[in-house]
Amino acid sequence: MTEQKIRVLVGKPGLDGHDRGAKVVAAALRDAGMEVVYTGLHQTPEGIVETALQEDVDVIALSILSGAHMTLLPRVLELMQEAEMNDVLLTGGGIISKDDMQALAEMGVGQLFGPGTATGEIVEYIENWVNDRGAKVGTTS
Amino acid sequence: MAGLLERFVRGDRRALARALTWIEDQQPGFEQLLHATHAGLGRAFRVGVTGPPGAGKSTLTEKFVLLCRRRDQKVAVLAVDPSSPFTGGALLGDRIRMQDLTLDDGVFIRSMASRGRLGGLATTSLEAADLLEAFGFDVVVHETVGVGQTERDIVSAADTTVVVLVPESGDAVQTMKAGLMEIADVFVVNKADRPGAENLERALTATLGLKPRADREWNPPIVRTVAVEGEGIEELAAAIDAHRTHCHKSGVLIAKQRARSAERVRDLVARRVDAHVWQESGGEKMLERALDRIRDGDATPYSVADEIVAAIGFDSGLVLPGKEQREGA
Ligand SMILES: Nc1nc2c(ncn2[C@@H]2O[C@H](COP(=O)(O)OP(=O)(O)OP(=O)(O)O)[C@@H](O)[C@H]2O)c(=O)[nH]1
Ligand SMILES: [Mg+2]
Repeated sequence: MTEQKIRVLVGKPGLDGHDRGAKVVAAALRDAGMEVVYTGLHQTPEGIVETALQEDVDVIALSILSGAHMTLLPRVLELMQEAEMNDVLLTGGGIISKDDMQALAEMGVGQLFGPGTATGEIVEYIENWVNDRGAKVGTTS
Repeated sequence: MAGLLERFVRGDRRALARALTWIEDQQPGFEQLLHATHAGLGRAFRVGVTGPPGAGKSTLTEKFVLLCRRRDQKVAVLAVDPSSPFTGGALLGDRIRMQDLTLDDGVFIRSMASRGRLGGLATTSLEAADLLEAFGFDVVVHETVGVGQTERDIVSAADTTVVVLVPESGDAVQTMKAGLMEIADVFVVNKADRPGAENLERALTATLGLKPRADREWNPPIVRTVAVEGEGIEELAAAIDAHRTHCHKSGVLIAKQRARSAERVRDLVARRVDAHVWQESGGEKMLERALDRIRDGDATPYSVADEIVAAIGFDSGLVLPGKEQREGA
């Protein structure tokens, strides 16, 4: 039987313009052997969560540079909870203050990475998280 | 599995998504899952969309699906991109061009990495399509990248194969795209807003006249589209409908579905025999032990194959003459 692949949604919610950072992260995750569903720019929280559901990803990784993280991330989290996605990690990156990170972590958002973080760090974080979680529910009989 | 299956049958999309993962990962029990959900074949119409990278396959698929939705059909899309043979990773980007479908609950899109299968499809594309059919989708679209060499795969997966070309493909039509030429039931000349569309169409028509085809009764129509503008989509749907009707009438559809079933059974049997020989009957261990003998010249790959096959009691069809004869020689 073949192994379980780590599947990650990489996307960029909100209205700000470019997705260079998201693309770099997507490529790094691919090079680490993951299957990356890349959705591109201007995603709505509803679209992100529905995509994550259809693609059955382990991880949602969002790039938010617009400063709207305090509205976007809690909204995504809320929709994830409504969809009972309790075995999916929400993580991401952007310019986010320590206080905001703290507040988001308390809500249940995973680690967030600042600009210039080495991609290896993100890869390692995701691999460890998936290892700790174990197999997806329902895929082992 | 029982809980997942029950949710699947109730129409729970999350259960569908999880079941697809189960199949993609080929986790223990995935064959039971497919067995339990297997519907009578032929309920869903299967369309293959292939063509060179960047030809506009995803854009076209989105517009085609929107049209199917206006006809009240439920549609699933399986979009395949290659896995890296070195890392096993993959970048699956087809959804970027299918954003207008995301929030429609009559549509389900799954991005699949090829996971080592060559020929455009993913290792478990066919099984995934069966599962989507069982879930109740009326149409299943396979999007695969095709470069003109190994496209037979998509033909066996799809009832109707649409080959998407662009004006830039013009020069390549005669040579490199030979594989694509032979498998098309419908040609699309996309990006017809660019210069060269007419030339491509002419080159296609000329080449088509020369190519022998498996189905002699069908002449693949050529449809011009501007996918980004939604132009030509009605014509594309009409061409697909016409092919479907033709396949119905001529019996080609039934023949394809039968061939697909046969291929599936052969695959399954081969997989089980494989497991039986190499794992359950210790073939792998015998092989390991025999390698030194082969190196030393005391055995050949042929004699070792005989030994392994004989060990599972399968002694008809041994390649080498009987043992006595061998020793006598
Ligand atoms: N000018 C023009 N551009 C188009 C047309 N259709 C698609 N495109 C553009 O072509 C590019 C590739 O489109 P996709 O739909 O992603 O093509 P694809 O064949 O699915 O690409 P891959 O899946 O990466 O092989 C995008 O930038 C589209 O906007 C068209 O009719 N005219
Ligand atoms: Mg595509």
